[in-house]
Amino acid sequence: MAYSEKVIDHYNNPRNVGSFSKDTPGVGTGLVGAPECGDVMKLQIKVNLDAKFKTFGCGSAIASSSLATEWLKGKSVDEAVKIKNTDIVNELKLPPVKIHCSVLAEDAIKAALADYREKWAKKETAAGARTS
Amino acid sequence: MALKFPIFMDSHSTTPVDPRVLEAMIPYFTEKFGHPGSRNHPFGWEAEAATDKSREQVAKLIGARDPKEIVFTSGGTESINLAIKGVAEMYREKGNHIVTTAIEQRAGLDVCKHLERQGHQVTYLPVAADGLMDVEAIRKAITDKTILISVMFANNEIGTIQPIAEIGKLAKEKGIIFHTDATQAVGKIPVDVEGMGIDLLSCTAHMIYGPKGVGALYVRRKNPRVRIAPLLDGGGHERGMRSGTVPVPLTVGFGKAAEICREVMPEESARLKALRDKLQDKILSSMDEVYLNGHPEKRLPHNLNISFAYVEGESVLMGLNKEVALSSGSACTSATLEPSYVIAALGVGSELAHSSIRFGLHRFTTEEEVDYVGDGTVRVVTRLREMSPLYELAKEGVDIKSIQWKAE
Repeated sequence: MAYSEKVIDHYNNPRNVGSFSKDTPGVGTGLVGAPECGDVMKLQIKVNLDAKFKTFGCGSAIASSSLATEWLKGKSVDEAVKIKNTDIVNELKLPPVKIHCSVLAEDAIKAALADYREKWAKKETAAGARTS
Repeated sequence: MALKFPIFMDSHSTTPVDPRVLEAMIPYFTEKFGHPGSRNHPFGWEAEAATDKSREQVAKLIGARDPKEIVFTSGGTESINLAIKGVAEMYREKGNHIVTTAIEQRAGLDVCKHLERQGHQVTYLPVAADGLMDVEAIRKAITDKTILISVMFANNEIGTIQPIAEIGKLAKEKGIIFHTDATQAVGKIPVDVEGMGIDLLSCTAHMIYGPKGVGALYVRRKNPRVRIAPLLDGGGHERGMRSGTVPVPLTVGFGKAAEICREVMPEESARLKALRDKLQDKILSSMDEVYLNGHPEKRLPHNLNISFAYVEGESVLMGLNKEVALSSGSACTSATLEPSYVIAALGVGSELAHSSIRFGLHRFTTEEEVDYVGDGTVRVVTRLREMSPLYELAKEGVDIKSIQWKAE
């Protein structure tokens, strides 16, 4: 498959690969996809706002999640939720058969945000705003 | 010797034309351009003599008694179509049941599916974890309506070599025609249609360092005399089984390629096996959780197929594909977005099917290339594992199968 320069760049130089410990205050973890389908993404956010990822998948799955972490950095939770898979498709010029990779990346962002809200947002509201 | 890039290590897809083959072909494009069917002038006689010679060279390579048993076609796909559809039509009165395997090359499977839609019955037998067929399973699948057993000689992904002589013996015992798709085996390992009881055999020139666009179907003439209905109507060339002008330059190339393979096979297969084993040892000893697909011994000498747990095949190819041409069973390299049905048929989890890489060595592969590819593969897989969430989970001691994955 002939990929765009941007996909190749993210594949060769992935941004923000790694993991936060799940118990770190303010970390939300999204784990989406399935090994049988050939794609699994783990995307983590840490308010306000850092991000890391690890991905099992093809080159465009790696690039989609790498790009997602790049965009998440420095964004607020409210801004982060606005990232759409179509933005990823356009930025990386993904071919039609690879659009599911961008969908998975959007799902991973949403799952990480949901996990964050469930674990930390309420506590933080109670304890007053706390930056991590 | 300095390495030249890209390195071609995908020889189950095709092979380069041997320069000796090309040299033999060239005069037949320009000076010796006659039609082998022209009986009344020297151009035709010359073309016919050349075709006869190539028929003989191909016959010798596969142990056929009579060069007339070689029918030239456009390649492996056409030979497989002609064999299976030709038998199905010719023996329709006798029965409508075909026994084949689940790991046949695409053409074999699709022809059978086509025939099923036309009312034939097809049994697709599974294979064991090493890719081998159980001959007794074939025996059990045979009914009084069975007209054909079609089993590939060696698999195009995992290289597993089937017990062809035993299947041939069973077919003879039951009086059923036996076809084998030997596209990957011919020219690489000994193939003997007489000794192995093969009635129909498909092969192609471009897999044996010959040109693309020509193949052959071996059709047995004696014990038993096999008859097949043609796919094409026309001038009745190739003893009525394949109408259409014989492409003389291509058949000349096919013949020359067959002759060279026959001469160099013992030496070449030993050399490639040693290189393949070196590559295999390098990869298996450098990393954990890498699995050999296919049978460890009953395997084509130039084939290596390995699954790398926790990384996806296409991403491995992407890390190498500027320098090395390889192939993967990954869904992302196929048009259907399904992982390899061959690897899946071995009973390994589909996550390992997504992670398989096929290495195919060939006549012009050097030791330096093998070393380079071995090192490169280890480097890329190691890097991808460092960014794989599955590898991380496994290292934490989490059983990946225990996680409730939500499939898309």
